[in-house]
Amino acid sequence: MEIFGLYNYWVVVVLMMIGLYVVVASGNLIKKIVGLNIFQTSVFILYISIGKLKGGTAPILMEDPASYSNPLPHVLILTAIVVGVATTALGLALAVRIYGAYGTIEEDEIEEQESTT
Amino acid sequence: MATAIAVARLDQLFAAVMLFGIYSLLSAALFVVMDAVDVAFTEAAVGAGIATILMLSALALTSRTQRPVPRRRHWMATGVVVVTGLGVIYGTLDMPSYGDPNAPAHLHVVPHYLQQSMAEIGIPNVVTSVLASYRGYDTLGETVVIFTAAVGVIGRLGVVPGITAYVKSGGMQHHLILRITAKLMLPLILLFALYVQFHGDYGPGGGFQAGVIFASAFILYGLVFGLEDATAVAPSIVVRVVAACGVLLYALVGVLSLFLGGNYLDYGVLVEDPTQGQHIGILLVEFGVGMTVAASMISLFYAYASYKPEE
Amino acid sequence: MPLLAGPVCLLLHHPRLSWGLATTASWIAFFIALTLLDQVLSNGTITYALGGWAAPWGIEYRIDEINAFVLLIVSGISAITLPFARTSIEYEINPRRIYILYTAWMLCLTGLLGITITGDVFNVFVFLEIASLSSYTLISLSRDPRSLTAAFRYLVMGTIGATFILIGIALLYIMTGTLNMMDLSQRIPAVADTRTVKMAFTFLIVGIGLKAALFPMHFWLPNAYAFAPSAVSALFAGTATKVAVYLLLRFFFTVFGPEFSFDVMQSDRVLLPLALVGVFAASTAAIVQSDVKRMLGYSSVAQIGYMVIGISLVSVLGVTAGILHLFNHALMKAALFVSLGCVVYRIGSTRLTDMAGVGRAMPWTMGAFVVGGLSLVGVPLTVGFISKWYLILAALEQQWWWLAVLVLVSSLLALIYIWRVVEFAYFKAPADPAREITEAPATLLIPTWLLILANVYFGIDTSLTVGVAERAAKLLMGTAS
Repeated sequence: MEIFGLYNYWVVVVLMMIGLYVVVASGNLIKKIVGLNIFQTSVFILYISIGKLKGGTAPILMEDPASYSNPLPHVLILTAIVVGVATTALGLALAVRIYGAYGTIEEDEIEEQESTT
Repeated sequence: MATAIAVARLDQLFAAVMLFGIYSLLSAALFVVMDAVDVAFTEAAVGAGIATILMLSALALTSRTQRPVPRRRHWMATGVVVVTGLGVIYGTLDMPSYGDPNAPAHLHVVPHYLQQSMAEIGIPNVVTSVLASYRGYDTLGETVVIFTAAVGVIGRLGVVPGITAYVKSGGMQHHLILRITAKLMLPLILLFALYVQFHGDYGPGGGFQAGVIFASAFILYGLVFGLEDATAVAPSIVVRVVAACGVLLYALVGVLSLFLGGNYLDYGVLVEDPTQGQHIGILLVEFGVGMTVAASMISLFYAYASYKPEE
Repeated sequence: MPLLAGPVCLLLHHPRLSWGLATTASWIAFFIALTLLDQVLSNGTITYALGGWAAPWGIEYRIDEINAFVLLIVSGISAITLPFARTSIEYEINPRRIYILYTAWMLCLTGLLGITITGDVFNVFVFLEIASLSSYTLISLSRDPRSLTAAFRYLVMGTIGATFILIGIALLYIMTGTLNMMDLSQRIPAVADTRTVKMAFTFLIVGIGLKAALFPMHFWLPNAYAFAPSAVSALFAGTATKVAVYLLLRFFFTVFGPEFSFDVMQSDRVLLPLALVGVFAASTAAIVQSDVKRMLGYSSVAQIGYMVIGISLVSVLGVTAGILHLFNHALMKAALFVSLGCVVYRIGSTRLTDMAGVGRAMPWTMGAFVVGGLSLVGVPLTVGFISKWYLILAALEQQWWWLAVLVLVSSLLALIYIWRVVEFAYFKAPADPAREITEAPATLLIPTWLLILANVYFGIDTSLTVGVAERAAKLLMGTAS
């Protein structure tokens, strides 16, 4: 195994870490959700990279047998994308409500208000 | 990747969200490169489309800028990220190379799908047959997830049927060109959605993508003609019933096959010929998925659009 | 017979139904779980292939002693708290949203049962998300605006956890090419030496740990419990974290096998000290809380610590203690939260100062709370005693006197925080003497006392719980050799 064959995964890791960084570092609730999305999308890329086969084509069966890329990760990621968008929708809805209740979507300002009440 | 870094650095949330849309579209392109056409389709529709719309509407309802990150959090975040990142990289060291046809992932379960699915299920798109039949239960779960989200958002933002006070009714109605273009586009989008729905067996596509496209037609309608008109076409209560029915349809197909003597979600028993049965079963459940997804997305849109901050 | 497993979940898919249907569905699920447990006990493991495709190509249900037992706990708690929920929820929630709450409740139950019953790791992820999304909804439905931030924080942590699990599954899939648990357990030993599998293990455990609120990752839990509607707190306390602990067991023992989990990865050496610190830190935090619900939230973190201690002893007795505590803690925490629900119904708050003097005004409610509290401390004749007893036995079996002593000392901490509530409820004069407080209505009291009686019953007659837990533990450990 050569190190070079792994560069694809490393790009994914970098993306993943950017996403995670945004989630942990930013105090803005919507930014956090954006970060979560980046984090998740990078994991999707990880899965799809697993499925790729050198010289393979999309897994739609054709007359002449060729080598196909692995369909299973595709299926999993279809499901995971849906889960991701569902989480996003719910998270954003919560953020909107929080804005309604506190007038801000900055985490530390919310904490201040909570501790005073 | 550059876009992702930019997203991380931007304090302007609006720009960050737009960049996220671009990022999502880029990753969709990446999926095509890696042969995952179905996934690319979905990512483009969902990540670049729906998720971005949702984020924008959430922004419209809150504030647009972010305060700079305090230094302490900055270091903490970097710490967490570096540890995890090194962890994953450590893990990748023993992985098979990218694209290696001899990786265990390609040798164990999957060959069965590739070689047998034509005989057992009879449709060329392997992604669809795995999705709807071999792992049909996952897909049922996925449908429930999106339904859950819709329930959650409605529960949180609350759509009161008939109340559309927040969106200035007919926001863009006076744009003649917009209206006409939208009118021209709508039938095409709807037609395309139906095509994607029923063509999923042969090419990329299926219930989920079709549902999203279908919903986007409605969202377009709602944006251009105002929420009132959109709710007149599809009242929110109807939309919710459709969403529920979609899940039920899927689940009932499962029960039906149970009664016909098969296992739960075993479409083979639906009619005499098992292959034919698989085909019908997949069509039905994909339709259920399409219904739920479209209806959930539309009700998400309604919920955001009609939300009125409580004073 | 295994066909019944399908309808279990199906019944719960019915969306948008009112309380009546939710309750019926819960009870049916409960009885099916009972039958399943009975079947498993007499016939051994049941498998059921969904869609008619044999595993590993399709997804299968796989029910053995341990998840049949967890199924029973989850559906049982739901079935008992729902009758309570009707009155309590009407008081605590905006009436227009009640049907949403029951829908989310059903979805949550679907998710939790789905996680428990399935034999496929990716399916676990899907159902985990169903359960989590609906639980964010359930928490945020409360009227208190702080529930929103609590739910949001839970959402962020939960999603990070779920994504970690997803990464773990990806790494496993790369190395083995399968997603089925049994298949994984057969194929992992061949590649167990790779760094990829080790990282997969770490990611999975951290991800599940986030969900289970294991000690250093517990920050979301107390707030989430404190601000959720009372009936929902009872449901979560009894089920959600329990299912996560079950997953932990499942991955440790079935998927990776104890040999890999504990000899190669040495996870017991990490978990045991963490769990111990967790028990003490969380119990201490519970003592200083001014809100009783939040106090119970911290106490839950501590109790999860006991389960993990049991697991990380890696002996049949230790695992038995862990599983027993899973069951017993579900019973006592649900009972405590439910009795607090009665308090909320009458006085509208669970702050200690507001609860001054309620002991005399609401004798039945506070009586229930005291019995539940004693059970938490581990007084003989209650379930709490049984699980502590087994835990100590397991510690002694390994000749770890210090551990047994620590468990006893930490129980004293529990005694302190329960005592604080008792002190306020019985020995302090009411803050506002003019206010008339009456006993909670019977619709609330009956389920509360049912739970309390269960606490006492299973504390005296332990043949069922201990028997099942022991068999489950033997099964889990047995897959090792």
